[in-house]
Amino acid sequence: MQISVNGKAHEVQAATLATLLAELDYGDATVATALNQAFVRATDRKTTALKDGDAVEILVPRQGG
Amino acid sequence: MPWKSSCPDKAAEMTDTLSFYGETLTSRLLVGTALYPSPAILADAIRASGAEVVTVSLRRESGAGRAGESFWSLIRNLGVRVLPNTAGCRTVKEAVTTAEMARDVFGTPWIKLEVIGEDDTLQPDVFGLVEAARILSRDGFNVFPYTTEDLVVAEKLLAAGCEVLMPWGAPIGTGRGLNNPYGLKAMRAHFPGVPLVVDAGIGTPSHAAAAMELGYDAILLNTAIAKAGDPVAMAKAFALALDAGRLGYRAGPMEPRDMAAPSTPVIGRAFTGVARA
Repeated sequence: MQISVNGKAHEVQAATLATLLAELDYGDATVATALNQAFVRATDRKTTALKDGDAVEILVPRQGG
Repeated sequence: MPWKSSCPDKAAEMTDTLSFYGETLTSRLLVGTALYPSPAILADAIRASGAEVVTVSLRRESGAGRAGESFWSLIRNLGVRVLPNTAGCRTVKEAVTTAEMARDVFGTPWIKLEVIGEDDTLQPDVFGLVEAARILSRDGFNVFPYTTEDLVVAEKLLAAGCEVLMPWGAPIGTGRGLNNPYGLKAMRAHFPGVPLVVDAGIGTPSHAAAAMELGYDAILLNTAIAKAGDPVAMAKAFALALDAGRLGYRAGPMEPRDMAAPSTPVIGRAFTGVARA
């Protein structure tokens, strides 16, 4: 299915947010996630299903002021 | 080496601590982690500043590498507390969602809440700020709102659940210092028991010292250190300036006066009563 990840189109196989992270090689990286602009906590990723047209945000710790 | 205070009154220094949401700190300098020439200089500057709190953000990963992971590892190794921000958010929804994501990643209820309202000054949208502060406080966050020196907004932020206020000194990144000392002084007088942090606009150590002399509890800055010619030396300079300003405030500055008053005793001055040649 086709979804958007951080604003870019991706063709993915993953059925859940957790498997999407694995498919995109995030592995054990420290990330925060949102689906269609709604926050999804780390513990809910395995049960968060993806569907065609979804918009996923994957954010990481960065420098800030 | 971490900076050690040169303050002569060690006993006073030991008891002059700062508390945010029940967490006690000894350093009054909060430092941002952006814009440094390198990660190594960032780490050295943080150590030199003596800061116990640093600000961080959440962003999309840029490039193929895992820069986020390496940055987060660097910060964790410094052993400091993190204050995640909602920098760049322009709506209540964006700010609240970013705060939720930050709590999930950084494992702290602390959030530096920014809701930006205007591009040229990056000044806060105080209406959105109050609304977001209310939502986040209700959800268990400890909100550090980036605000202006407006007393009415400050009252509303406190009513929304904030226990710390962070008025700007000047627009973010300008280094112009304290644009409105009168307003900041009024804010200090109006909220004597609320921890107040000057956040943004500080350019030089003297700006920070001036804020501390007004009785502000702490300073949050980033660009002034990161963009200095020698960020590590500037970090130490800021630590010294905060120490001096704080000690000066506690010592009770003299009242300024309009007319000159001699400091050397007038009585006993030579040549009195003698006609001038």
